Amino acid sequence: MYNDGRLSWFLKGVLALGYLFLYVPILSLIVYSFNASKLVTVWGGFSTRWYSSLFQNDQIISAVLLSAKIALASACAAVVLGTVAGFVLARFKRFRGSTLFAGMMTAPMVMPEVITGLSMLLLFISMQQFFGVPSERGFFTIWVGHTTLCMAYVSVVVRSRLLEIDQSLEDAAMDLGARPMKIFFKITLPLVSQAIASGFLLSITLSLDDLVTTAFLSGPGSTTLPQVIFSKVRLGLNPEINALATITVLVVGTIVIVANYLMMNAQRKRDKAIAAAMRANDADSQNSAGKPAVSLA
Amino acid sequence: MMEAAVKSAQAAKTTERPYLQIAGLVKKFGDNLAVDHVDLNIQQHEIFALLGSSGCGKSTLLRMLAGMERPTSGKVILDGQDVTMLAPYDRPMNMMFQSYALFPHMSVEENIAFGLVQDKLPKGEINARVMEMLDLVQLRKYAKRKPYQLSGGQQQRVALARSLAKRPKMLLLDEPLGALDKKLRQQTQLELVNTLEKVGVTCIMVTHDQEEAMTMATRIGIMSEGQLLQVGTPSEIYEYPNCRFTAEFIGETNLFPGQVVVDEPDRVEIESSQLGNRILIDHGITGPKGMEVWTSIRPEDVRLDRRPPAAGHNAAQGKVEDIAYLGSFSIYHVKLASGKVVKSTVPSSRWYEANEEPPTWGDPVFVSWRSDLPVVLTR
Repeated sequence: MYNDGRLSWFLKGVLALGYLFLYVPILSLIVYSFNASKLVTVWGGFSTRWYSSLFQNDQIISAVLLSAKIALASACAAVVLGTVAGFVLARFKRFRGSTLFAGMMTAPMVMPEVITGLSMLLLFISMQQFFGVPSERGFFTIWVGHTTLCMAYVSVVVRSRLLEIDQSLEDAAMDLGARPMKIFFKITLPLVSQAIASGFLLSITLSLDDLVTTAFLSGPGSTTLPQVIFSKVRLGLNPEINALATITVLVVGTIVIVANYLMMNAQRKRDKAIAAAMRANDADSQNSAGKPAVSLA
Repeated sequence: MMEAAVKSAQAAKTTERPYLQIAGLVKKFGDNLAVDHVDLNIQQHEIFALLGSSGCGKSTLLRMLAGMERPTSGKVILDGQDVTMLAPYDRPMNMMFQSYALFPHMSVEENIAFGLVQDKLPKGEINARVMEMLDLVQLRKYAKRKPYQLSGGQQQRVALARSLAKRPKMLLLDEPLGALDKKLRQQTQLELVNTLEKVGVTCIMVTHDQEEAMTMATRIGIMSEGQLLQVGTPSEIYEYPNCRFTAEFIGETNLFPGQVVVDEPDRVEIESSQLGNRILIDHGITGPKGMEVWTSIRPEDVRLDRRPPAAGHNAAQGKVEDIAYLGSFSIYHVKLASGKVVKSTVPSSRWYEANEEPPTWGDPVFVSWRSDLPVVLTR
């Protein structure tokens, strides 16, 4: 069963069921987005009318724009704060309260979002009472909430990458005359750049589909895309939502495929170079075998 | 076994002020004494090897010299300048790391130029120096490659070029060939020494490989448990070890514990229960009668015979317990009446020159040695 390259009919069946379960709903959603009928469950012929009505729906367009703005802003902030936090967690010697710091850093990941959202809401309300800022709930408060959540993820990704990197690289840079700041920007940052990039993408995704925290922190006039979809679905299924979802799937799918292709290409190039170096290495040792061996015996 | 590695001590100019002075250097990690009051002087152009097993404190000592660990106490003076508390980036020393620590996102050229760029040298000079270094390690045509596109031996040469580019007053090498496979290592040892001698840089290297230390270094320091036990040229350390650890760590030896029973200016006799006989040494030692000492005798100095030797001293009868046939010579393990096993290296020519059959397992044999060969150790 294992290792002979073939799967038994049972395993194939389980695999097929798994894939069906994952992808049939998405497929049906795409198909029904081209449904002419207003009823989501009844096929009424092919049409793209829901796409055109989607682009005329100001509420949805402004929600998309707001979501995108928030996602971008919180991903940027999360990357900066999360990288710094990850660096401290991975590189600083144990300091007073370092365990507490590590725990608090990752708390937003494990804390139920309802609680995070609620406590932030209470914080913002009392801040408003005492200091007058933030004057209203909206872009700023959602941004702060999302950054808190995303930062935790970025710090975890960056920290684990930093732990993988040979610390003697930083020692070597210091030995060659670079000061700590320079080392961080010239050596450490380029080495964790991939982790930072994936942290950035992760943050965008997290922020784009966050509903719970957003619900607590948004105010009138600041409705994000997930909120719009959620409220629309509550009023009954709407073919426009299907069209919106199809576009989302298309955009995300394209990004994933392109990113995968680029990464695989880079990996293949690297593998080739390593294989070439290995061949050179073999040639080296063959040379040395030809020369008289230096032996102490 | 190690005579081939004997080198003339280049540090003949001992009358000069030492180039590097390490005085009373101590490093504590908590209650653990990693480096224990090390004193060491190194002359200019020397290649000095710190030799010891892992965890003996040699790497900590090297990191203190590089400035990456702060000494608990003691002083490091390089060329008249106290560098004890200087930050690594301000020290006129560079280090070659065991893992090479080449920056993976930079080309060979950029790696070598890194230290020069930090010093803000003019661009023309940086380029000239990088080229000079590339020529030194014969990697000119690999200048644009990234480290992962190089073989292990080439990476090692890039690491060497990078650490020499700033023309440091002193080069520190941490297990310089530890990451290479054995075949490549032997060739690279001499290549590395040639390069270092061409540049004329003063070196301290750390290694656990005695062969590497003896091949490359002009002097060796033996470290154990944070202490520097003995410092000397490879031949001094092999032929005149000053303690049991050195005697056993460098090469192989037979050690007999015993008490001094006769101590005269021209002869010493040591009673050893393990040998079941007296050990006679033809020169005096300074120590009271009855003192506990250890006698070290190298396997190649132990003679193996079928017939009892003429002299009564320095000999014992035993049975051949094991033979390791290694071609040009064999190592015989001879078990004495006390249960002590004595190792003897016997050249294969020994038997046909004497027109004898080589002894085999279980044969009764005699081990003996000349009275000028044993070394008496007091610690």
